[in-house]
Amino acid sequence: MTTRLIYFAWVRERIGMPEEDVDLPAGIETVADLLRWLKSRGEGYEHALQYPDVIRVAINQEHVEHGEKIAGAREIALFPPMTGG
Amino acid sequence: MTGAVVPVVRIQRQDFDVAVEIARLTQGRADIGAVVSFSGLCRDEQGTLSALELEHYPGMAEAEIARIAAEAVQRWPLQGLTAIHRHGKIAPGENIVLVVTASAHRQAAFEAANFLMDYLKSRAPFWKKEHRADGSEGGWVEAKEADDEAAGRWKSSD
Repeated sequence: MTTRLIYFAWVRERIGMPEEDVDLPAGIETVADLLRWLKSRGEGYEHALQYPDVIRVAINQEHVEHGEKIAGAREIALFPPMTGG
Repeated sequence: MTGAVVPVVRIQRQDFDVAVEIARLTQGRADIGAVVSFSGLCRDEQGTLSALELEHYPGMAEAEIARIAAEAVQRWPLQGLTAIHRHGKIAPGENIVLVVTASAHRQAAFEAANFLMDYLKSRAPFWKKEHRADGSEGGWVEAKEADDEAAGRWKSSD
């Protein structure tokens, strides 16, 4: 199943694109698994996800913790802590 | 307390008029005794900043602020609530965000506006990038732990 990944702010700049569609390999069950897998995909990813703990994640446009299961997610967004307001 | 109050939530590039937004909430109403408004503006940081660029997550930004607003309406007896957040390039002195709350008495309006801003700053998907006055590219504004803590204090009162 294809999952859309969306990146914002410096996560987007470091990865070098705003979004991409990926086929997640078997064994990627949680957000933490996803971050670990993405980090191994190249220099930009490595730079963006150097400190995975600071990365915030939304599944289908709702905030989730890193332990959340990603089964069935259509859209997963990765971004730094928010600074609006 | 859920009432029939439907929060007005807008994410927009263009500016807003604070007086117009307050009037929109209170017009034709005789039951409102208190209106609190908070507007956040772009600072020039002692002249070093030429603009802030606000990036947002379209769709989720609206949804998240609507969730925060719905919670405020449940927690306080409000008679009106408006939340507007701008995106794009914003110059020093311009508006960034507006929250207006209306209620019968001031306490609910003050508290709800405070709650909304605390949650909006730490939960709504917006990010600020600085553009410097000397023409150089600035960095991304870092999230403040104090903002997270400010949002957290509303949890203990449940």
